[in-house]
Amino acid sequence: MIIQRLAPPDAAAGYHGAPMTELAIDIEGLAFAWSEGRPVLDVPHFAMRPGESVFLRGPSGSGKSTLLGIVSGVLAPGRGRIGVLGTDLGTLSGARRDAYRAAHIGLVFQMFNLLPYLSVLDNVLLPARFSTARRARARPDPVSESRRLLGELGIADSAITGRPVTELSIGQQQRVAVARALLGRPELVIADEPTSALDSDTRDAFLRLLMSECAAAGAALLFVSHDTALGALFDRRLSIAEINRAEPHRELP
Amino acid sequence: MTPLVALAAQSLWNRRGSAALTVFAIAVSVTLLVGVETIRGGTRESFARTISGTDLIVGARSGPINLLLYSVFRVGDATANVSWQSYELVSRHPDVAWTIPISLGDSHRGYRVMGTSGEYFLHYRYGDRQALAFSAGEPFKDAGDAVVGADVARELGYAAGDEITLAHGIGAGSFTGHDEYPFRIAGILAPTGTPVDRTVHVGLDALAEIHEDWQGGARTQVDSSRHPHDGDAPEDAGADTATQPSPAGITAFLVGMRSKDAVLQMQRALNEFRGEPLTAIIPGVALQQLWQIVGVADGALLVIASFVVLAGLIGMLTAILASLRERRREMAILRSVGARPLHVFTLMLLEAALLALAGVLVGVVTAHAILAGAAPVLAGRYGLFMATDGPRVYDLLLAGAVVGAALVTGLVPAWLAYRNSLADGLTIRT
Repeated sequence: MIIQRLAPPDAAAGYHGAPMTELAIDIEGLAFAWSEGRPVLDVPHFAMRPGESVFLRGPSGSGKSTLLGIVSGVLAPGRGRIGVLGTDLGTLSGARRDAYRAAHIGLVFQMFNLLPYLSVLDNVLLPARFSTARRARARPDPVSESRRLLGELGIADSAITGRPVTELSIGQQQRVAVARALLGRPELVIADEPTSALDSDTRDAFLRLLMSECAAAGAALLFVSHDTALGALFDRRLSIAEINRAEPHRELP
Repeated sequence: MTPLVALAAQSLWNRRGSAALTVFAIAVSVTLLVGVETIRGGTRESFARTISGTDLIVGARSGPINLLLYSVFRVGDATANVSWQSYELVSRHPDVAWTIPISLGDSHRGYRVMGTSGEYFLHYRYGDRQALAFSAGEPFKDAGDAVVGADVARELGYAAGDEITLAHGIGAGSFTGHDEYPFRIAGILAPTGTPVDRTVHVGLDALAEIHEDWQGGARTQVDSSRHPHDGDAPEDAGADTATQPSPAGITAFLVGMRSKDAVLQMQRALNEFRGEPLTAIIPGVALQQLWQIVGVADGALLVIASFVVLAGLIGMLTAILASLRERRREMAILRSVGARPLHVFTLMLLEAALLALAGVLVGVVTAHAILAGAAPVLAGRYGLFMATDGPRVYDLLLAGAVVGAALVTGLVPAWLAYRNSLADGLTIRT
């Protein structure tokens, strides 16, 4: 009954009866404004099932960065229930939200995901440094698991892992970022335009890799992009306008 | 905490060029601070070491510091002499172990000449009650002998056996000489790091002899038109009283008592002496009074060194602040993998701490290396004996203070980064 109420009408198509567990994302009545009187987000409801992959399309200024900030626990929600894996982020303090993100969410950005002063391996190991839960779930141990993930993503070559990350191609950098996002099996992976810096050849390969790795790890994937051509591979495709009733306007500079 | 230390270190290593400059700036300032502090300690110690073992210094009635200055430091002049009778009286007192007469007034090429007796080489002590030692020769035996201090011998290149003549009055420009009374250098003293090194010692009787035909500061047999300034030259005003023939008077004398209990009693007795107005001082007390005056300049050095450290820390602040803008992305990445704003704050603070620690370490080591290298020169030339056996507890306190100040300074960029990372979140704007 609850599922029926929360699941958007077009969600059923990509939904193949996954086991009944906590929803990956469960937003109810979310409102958020950077300044008084100009709401950026007004989301009556939005939900993602565990392991589901959702393609969220929207131009800049549509509030998607703000939405991702709230779902990943960086921004405090203004109003409403922000359920992530069964926990209402609105009830957590900033520090608890940070800890929650560290434990349960992997993030991949558009570009420049990596710390230039760390090796490829150390970059992948970062979540394990900040979260005991991620460290514990990275079996048999974080370093072996990092190497395994890098291997799956085609960066096993020690000639690459030993190089400074700044010498990697952007495609390689993005794959390292995916390995990092998946280390320690987070239940939710959020990718914010991770392919926009890639050329079309590497883009498709990267996308397939991202999706298969998320599927293998059992992670739900929320993928944000303005490129509608990418949507075909996802369980579900949404436009931000479909879930956000707030007027689109320019983002803060 | 530990992963953050590693992260801060790796981040710094990534910017090692500018980080090295910051460390260098802090190191230079710490080197100066440690150097100044060590030399300050050395000066204070050397100062207190100038004279020891002497219970009383007695001179004509004057201020205690003035008496100390001319009798021990060879600075300034006595206003009057002490009569030989008074000296004899004190030296024969049953409580008195020894006395050393001092007669000042002549000079040799800018170095003070001190007339004294053989007792001087027996009883004079400096530092930790160290006796005078000879690096060459021996004490003077007859009226024609002189013993020169280590500096005099080194600067003027004298060896035992050389002949020197004295000049009447003080200063290298003293024209009236005692050329007809040459002295033979009988001995050269080992360095003491005290004004003894810069003194030419001759026998009291020899001084009396060469001044026998002098009256009122000028040679009586010589046409005074050859020395137009003799009679009224200000530097001679003190000198002429000081260089009367020895039986008539001496400038001052040092007293060693048989028992320390008698010192205060003897001091009071001398200060109240009816025969002539005298001043008796206890060297340690007078040294302390003098140090209170000299120590002001000494404290100023510390203030200056502290400001240099402050400048070094401001350099660090500038470097870290300049890096903040380009590192907002770094902070956003860290936040995305679970770092809290507090982690970002700590990271920036650790960075300041690491820079300061490295700077302090390099600075202390450099300072001590320099001091160890310069120690022989400082000891031999300036009489500064310093603890050069490596860093001491005091250096650790200094180092701690600098790191503490760096942490306080580091609060500024840490707070800014904290605020940035709260505001930026995961949004990377550069």
